[in-house]
Amino acid sequence: MMLSFTLNGQGVRLDTALDKRVVDLLRELQALDVKEGCGTGECGACSVLLDGVHRLSCLMLAAQLQGRELTTAAGLGSASAPHPIQRAFAEHGAVQCGFCSPGMTIAASALLAQNPDPTRDEVRRALSGNLCRCTGYVKIVDAVRAAAKELGDAPSDAPSAAPDDETAGARGKP
Amino acid sequence: MNVLFPRDLKGFFKALAEPGARVLAGGTDLLVRLRANPQATANAPEGAGSATLVSLDRLAALRGIVEDSKAETRDAGPGNLHRTLRIGAATTHAELLAHPLVRARLPVLAQALAELGSPPIRNMATLGGNICTASPAGDSLPPLLVLGAEVELASAAGVRRMALAEFILGPGRTAFMPGEVLLAVHVPLPAVGCVQHFEKVGRRSALAVAVVSLAALVRLDRRGRIAEARLAWGSVAPTVWRCPEAEAALIGRTLSLTALSAAAAIVRARVQPIDDIRASAAYRREVAGNLLLRLAVL
Repeated sequence: MMLSFTLNGQGVRLDTALDKRVVDLLRELQALDVKEGCGTGECGACSVLLDGVHRLSCLMLAAQLQGRELTTAAGLGSASAPHPIQRAFAEHGAVQCGFCSPGMTIAASALLAQNPDPTRDEVRRALSGNLCRCTGYVKIVDAVRAAAKELGDAPSDAPSAAPDDETAGARGKP
Repeated sequence: MNVLFPRDLKGFFKALAEPGARVLAGGTDLLVRLRANPQATANAPEGAGSATLVSLDRLAALRGIVEDSKAETRDAGPGNLHRTLRIGAATTHAELLAHPLVRARLPVLAQALAELGSPPIRNMATLGGNICTASPAGDSLPPLLVLGAEVELASAAGVRRMALAEFILGPGRTAFMPGEVLLAVHVPLPAVGCVQHFEKVGRRSALAVAVVSLAALVRLDRRGRIAEARLAWGSVAPTVWRCPEAEAALIGRTLSLTALSAAAAIVRARVQPIDDIRASAAYRREVAGNLLLRLAVL
């Protein structure tokens, strides 16, 4: 059937099977930042935002996207213009093999949208559906807290502005 | 596999009449099982497969939480003044956790939902899905049992209500009649001042299937003595397990370690858990008793 939805701000219209999993559809569309780890909802690697809500794309069917707005990690920011969460992950060593990182940053952005200044425990709970087998999580929590601080300090109308010397000075552990 | 998105109850029942139609709520359980075994899944007629999934995504009638002060539930709950929450079956766990009355008046349910799955699972999975899956480890079930919840079932022929305790028959088995679906759950609000407690023991905090869980609802009299105790354990029996003997042993006592230890001994003597991949029967037996001691205030 014809399916229309918004992917990272761009309108998508295509003919696809209704019962295709969203994670498979996204990877066919070259949204390769969306990873499949377990395929059963337990690892969080396929995390996306659907209308701003953190969901798992391995447990959704293409038909459920009709008319809705989907954001993946690539929609948060890019290598040349990273989102403050993505930049903090890189700077805090929160990325090792990188497989969990897109899902982790999606989970972090869902958290910070609701709770701009989370405690370490709140960060750990918010990321508890996302597994990382490399870092041991400490640096990931550090990165989310640093990003929260930067976003809190930044003017509210430009939260995802490209990095410059001034924001670089605000980096580091809270 | 076809996927339908009814927008009202009439369209819902029409969609359910399709051959092999199955309800798709949050999908966190069904889609995993369908992928593992596309032909035969629990609750589906033998060999029927799943030709049609009926999504609840656009069915507003099955979402939301309303307070019903005139409600008459058969089991009104300790000290209940006929105030009941009607929770639409497709309400997500995250929506329930965000609701002020659930947080303030149903902490035993809120504590269980806060430990169910993970944040994205709670954003997708529904209360009705947790009930209809009828897992012995379903996290919402022990709290709903002690709260005296009722289910509102409907088919094209009409609506009926029954106690949740009667609705769940065994692992993956419910009292659904053919063509029947869950519309809502009715939860009586316990009297203010009741002790409400939930604890789950799992292999880790998030995304853990309970090894043992306990929900407790205790009403105290003015002198702090136990007037009524409702206790329900998850993951120790084919369905949520109650222990009337332990409940009776607590009547007239205070929430002291002495009284709770005596009740815990009764629990350990009566409970009959199994060994499985997550824990041994002996461990479950010990923990099932020990969880009661958490209620001690003296």
